[in-house]
Amino acid sequence: MRENSASDNFKNFLFILPALLIFSIFYIYPFFYTFILSFHRYDFISEFKFVGWDNFKEVLIYGKDWWSSIYRGGFITFWALTFQNMLAFALALAADRLTRTGKIYRVIFFVLPVLSEVIIGLLMQQMLATAPQGGDVLNHMLKNLGLASLTRDWMANDRVLLTTAIVHCWKGFGWAFVLIFAGLQTIPEQLYEAARIDGASWWQSFTNIVVPLLMPVLALVMVLTVLGTMQAFAMILALTRGAGGLTEVPVMKIYDHVRSSQVGLACAEGIVLGVILVAFSFTMLYISKQIRKKYDVLPG
Amino acid sequence: MCLRVWPAFILAGCLLAGCANEKSSAVKAGESPAVKKIVVWHWMNDRHCAFDELAAKYKAQTGIDVEFKLFSPPDIYSQKVIAAARAGNLPDVFGILGEKKTLASFIKAGHVLDLTAYMIADHKVWQDSFFTQALEVNVFRAGNSYQAPAGVFGVPIDTTLMQFVYNKALFKKAGLDPEQPPATIEEFINMALAVKKKTGSDGFICGWGENWLLNSLAMEWAINTMGEEKFYQTIAGKVPYTDPDWISVFSQFSKLKDSGILSPNITTMINKESESAFSADRSAFSYNGSWSVNVYKQLSQNLDYAFFGLPKVSNKFPAKIWGGAGSSFMVYAKSPNKDEAVSFLKWLTQEDQQKVLAKATNNLPSVKGCESEVAPVLKPLLADFDNLTHPNNWPAYEDYRVTEVLNKGLQRIVMGLMTPDQLAKEVQEVKQRANNSN
Repeated sequence: MRENSASDNFKNFLFILPALLIFSIFYIYPFFYTFILSFHRYDFISEFKFVGWDNFKEVLIYGKDWWSSIYRGGFITFWALTFQNMLAFALALAADRLTRTGKIYRVIFFVLPVLSEVIIGLLMQQMLATAPQGGDVLNHMLKNLGLASLTRDWMANDRVLLTTAIVHCWKGFGWAFVLIFAGLQTIPEQLYEAARIDGASWWQSFTNIVVPLLMPVLALVMVLTVLGTMQAFAMILALTRGAGGLTEVPVMKIYDHVRSSQVGLACAEGIVLGVILVAFSFTMLYISKQIRKKYDVLPG
Repeated sequence: MCLRVWPAFILAGCLLAGCANEKSSAVKAGESPAVKKIVVWHWMNDRHCAFDELAAKYKAQTGIDVEFKLFSPPDIYSQKVIAAARAGNLPDVFGILGEKKTLASFIKAGHVLDLTAYMIADHKVWQDSFFTQALEVNVFRAGNSYQAPAGVFGVPIDTTLMQFVYNKALFKKAGLDPEQPPATIEEFINMALAVKKKTGSDGFICGWGENWLLNSLAMEWAINTMGEEKFYQTIAGKVPYTDPDWISVFSQFSKLKDSGILSPNITTMINKESESAFSADRSAFSYNGSWSVNVYKQLSQNLDYAFFGLPKVSNKFPAKIWGGAGSSFMVYAKSPNKDEAVSFLKWLTQEDQQKVLAKATNNLPSVKGCESEVAPVLKPLLADFDNLTHPNNWPAYEDYRVTEVLNKGLQRIVMGLMTPDQLAKEVQEVKQRANNSN
């Protein structure tokens, strides 16, 4: 076999050059530029003044509102991790048993995540908000079903964050469903059969076969849920417009600061959020690895 | 092998070409000086057709083509202008949306032509044709707090001002005199309650999800409560936001909330939704800009309404109306057609053209002498032109952190989540920090 000459290497490099250029221009450069901007006061046009750690101090020390928005993002994430993913898991388990019709459910449940976040937000605003903003459809439906006692102002101050979290879960559970469903289908049927022959109960099969083998998928779903939910923005903006700060999530704050030309501050917020999410993701992957180690299902 | 490499080169070439600065339309026009074309970028949906008509008229008179390019919605337009400025690719004439600070940034970056010489030529005839407050938004005086060079940097093409508006039909239904709007906050609340009780409509609706609408009203009440001097001293950091006068201003919002006249979810509502609801007779009162005449006309032909001045919260100082800053056009300082662009703007702001715009869009003109074409419902507002106030015309501007906390706090007061005292304390803390860091 002939060794690659320098000329061949150069030609090969030319093949990846377009991809490298695109990646450098649209990913690497903005990534590093964000760090540069976070140390400056910048308004997009003329002002570009080095301010040291001021933007980070504003976020980390004085950013009471910023940490409140992290809390609200965390609250929605908690619901997404628990309610949304448990629902997705339960439905995926049920669909996994329906070998013939399982794929239909995959299509049905995946419709919601495919829809635009803004459309979902506006649609749910019509369903949940009272006039003149919304159509109060849900309350009308409840009344018509004889469940008038259940009607309430779903967007009231003390409820709007929970409402937002549930709408987010409703919209997002399809992603988790598809991933978990795909993971379940990779578990060999023989393992279930062997367990049945050995007299294992459903619960024993579930805890000793499904959970350990599905752990990489579950870890992935959890990481994606956290990343997706903490960065949720468009649906919440369309549904509540921040509800006077009650549903203001981190990306909404970043967006507001970009709009008001506080670019350096917005970049600092973006970096802080990024660091939090990266730390969480690595923690989740570590925990997943430990669980798989415990059950001795680590690859290789 | 070489043949296989070429597509990669072509793709890379295309990418680089795409990233390169597009030559500005102005420069393209400059390549053939015989055929002049002025390109104008704007965001004003409501008057695009009127602009096109005026462009055709201008061409018939001068032989110069004027192309109006509409980019909407305003957020997208703003981003486009900023991107074009960064790329050195601005058109001959453009508008800048946002605060005066943004205009100052464009000026400092050398994008905006100083129009002072044109304004003061021929014994200031062009400058004097404008309403003072309309032009003032584009004026930077020596030593201004924005650190921009002194001069006149824009041409106003209309004037807007904020006013309260009431539904006369609902007034009649509630047994109130439709020609007698409230003059004080107490009268305002009582009338709103009367309408709410008799008709079931809301007392007051506004797009307070857009918190500048809360801010503008708060500033109007602040000037009415403490006078302009003390108000400016607060911005300068010499009077604290914990001053009883400021707490009194914030208390007006809790008074509105406690009275029960506010529309549900008012703090998540945008102005368009509020306009839509008001035009459907769903509220006795609203607080909106003079542009709403055109909006209400499009939404409901039968809406019977009128504007009225700020319901006073104090008799100590006169009320000021938030306004003066309408839409303005700027000339690109590096445009090869800048003289032609200035001539066109001079022509556009002559009485005849302003009358066309005022009539077509139901906006208030920026120049004097067009009163005859102003919509009847807007005519009473002309009397307020000498009584306007706007952040863009204030001697200093408030730190963004203070404004952000103030606006959110006002929303929270309206939602019943914060007291005026708490807001005053919170705003003052941020103000002190802002003063220290600036």
